[in-house]
Amino acid sequence: MHTSRSFSRSTRVGATMLVVAGALAISACGKKAPAQLPPEPGPATSSSSGGGDMGMGPVAGSQADFVAKMMGADTIYFALDKYDVDAEDQQALGRQAQWLMQYPSKRATIEGHADERGTREYNLALGERRANAARNYLISLGVEASRLNTVSYGKERPIALGSDEASWAQNRRAVTVTID
Amino acid sequence: MKINHILALGLMLSASGLAHAQTPVPAPAPTEADGGGLEVTVSDDSEWQDLGIAITTFATDADVPTRTNAGTTGALGRALSQVVAADLKNNGLFKPSGPDGLPQPAYGQVQAPDYGTWASRSADMLVQGYVRAGGDGTITVGCYLYDVALKQQLVKGGWQVPPSDWRRAAHKCADMVYSRLSGESPFFDSKIAYIAETGPKGRRMKRLAIMDSDGANHRYLTSGQAMALTPRYSPDYSKILYLSYLNGQPSIYSYDLATDRQTLIARTGNPTLAPRWSPDGKWVLYSMARSGTTDIYRVSAAGGGTPQRLTNGPGINIGGSYSPDGRQIVFESDRSGSQQIYVMNADGSNQRRISFFGGRAATPEWSPRGDQIAFTHIAGNLRVAVMTPSGGGMRHLTDSWQDEAPTWSPNGRIVQFFRTSKGSGTASIWQVDLTGRNERKLPTPVGASDPAWGPVRP
Repeated sequence: MHTSRSFSRSTRVGATMLVVAGALAISACGKKAPAQLPPEPGPATSSSSGGGDMGMGPVAGSQADFVAKMMGADTIYFALDKYDVDAEDQQALGRQAQWLMQYPSKRATIEGHADERGTREYNLALGERRANAARNYLISLGVEASRLNTVSYGKERPIALGSDEASWAQNRRAVTVTID
Repeated sequence: MKINHILALGLMLSASGLAHAQTPVPAPAPTEADGGGLEVTVSDDSEWQDLGIAITTFATDADVPTRTNAGTTGALGRALSQVVAADLKNNGLFKPSGPDGLPQPAYGQVQAPDYGTWASRSADMLVQGYVRAGGDGTITVGCYLYDVALKQQLVKGGWQVPPSDWRRAAHKCADMVYSRLSGESPFFDSKIAYIAETGPKGRRMKRLAIMDSDGANHRYLTSGQAMALTPRYSPDYSKILYLSYLNGQPSIYSYDLATDRQTLIARTGNPTLAPRWSPDGKWVLYSMARSGTTDIYRVSAAGGGTPQRLTNGPGINIGGSYSPDGRQIVFESDRSGSQQIYVMNADGSNQRRISFFGGRAATPEWSPRGDQIAFTHIAGNLRVAVMTPSGGGMRHLTDSWQDEAPTWSPNGRIVQFFRTSKGSGTASIWQVDLTGRNERKLPTPVGASDPAWGPVRP
């Protein structure tokens, strides 16, 4: 089967949409998952390091592999001003933990983010609190604490660039990025 | 009193030892001149704007080259008066005229104004001045304020400055005029640290930058490789505390302006945020996030010593702004469930919430006068507002989509803040006076956020 990089990316985006749609169906309150992808989606993931993709699909255990396997579950979303990990987040973090257990030498950084509708300093602290919530849950699933760092970008690194509810929902997030 | 003043001025003009000589008499208060019906406050600005102030081109004894970027002393005299006029005009306090379109006094007329001419032009107040080049390259500037109706000099000042600081002499002149007419403390001769922003919304470059209070003498301090946020000038302008992602983790650094070197303010292994100085520059406040909670710490600015934790959760406790006497700190906490404003003693005792109105309240900054706290009110939009230190008298100063992070002018009469445009996310620095009526965007070369206004320079 042909597994070029572009092919795997389009697969991933499609899968993300599926996951998002499923999430909406699950949580009627619509806490987070945007109803549709934002008008300007930007890069498919917030982190870049592609890893050793040599035209044969991502190298097993690389960040690229992690992103591909997660199919969107590398990111969890939060409600306005909230940082709790709900059932849907737990599913995503469970998948992350599975992968991390499979590659026990890999370390990861969890990036916490906030939407633009708050003050700068508070949002830095809020991003930290979100990243920390994700980290704590991964630790509770058995991932070694020393393997997991957090960093907050507050509202400084939005992934959805609009000034609307759908974009803000995408930006209230914690993204797990493994370190190659 | 008047003789002392003149003597002091003469002394000033001949002194060569001090690089930044300043006006020697802060409160001249010649009682005869106080009969002009000037007893109004700046908050009540309507009368002020009716006061006709003519600002004339500063004269020179000899039009000679200078080492300033303004040109000869003749050109410099014009530039000086333009800076004075812009200061007084841009801050919405007065509607001055000149120097364009006004008669230019000769050097000999600077201390002997032609009152008849100015009365016929309906000028109430007249600002005249001179500039002279010293043999050592220094610039000497004299500045005089006259009451045209009373045919009387109200105040004068003289400053000797190095060529690179010529604008400071103009700011000192504007400060003198402003203080004499308003009764308020000066503020024009001051500087602002801020964050310069360029690039697309998703990956915007954020650099530490500084400028004078009027936007001149702009300078970038960091390259933009590491994101910089939330600067604060030290009270003596020697350092800037700011947040940098230099080592990947957001941390507070102290940037030394004399050496261009920077040091970590606290080695904690955890992210540190929201740096603040105590009014005497001896203490630094920072906030540290750990295990999902954020608390405020106090550490000696000189370095060394164990940081003292002032808050003890729950939730996010962040920021902190000292009262002018250094005894209390106003800060932000979401311990009640949403961002609200609290006051505590400087040692962390007696913490109590003061904001009790709808919405959230953030980024409190205590006025240098002590009578007001400026903050960001979040209720739908983000707006700059003020309240008393006990939480009363809340008033909005701005009404836009997103205004945040107020910083006070040194005299507590104006706040600057940054405004973010919906959609593009472009940020710009604005200022507004306490009436809320005089709002103005500051000229910056690129996008700008997080203004931090320093004190009046000595």
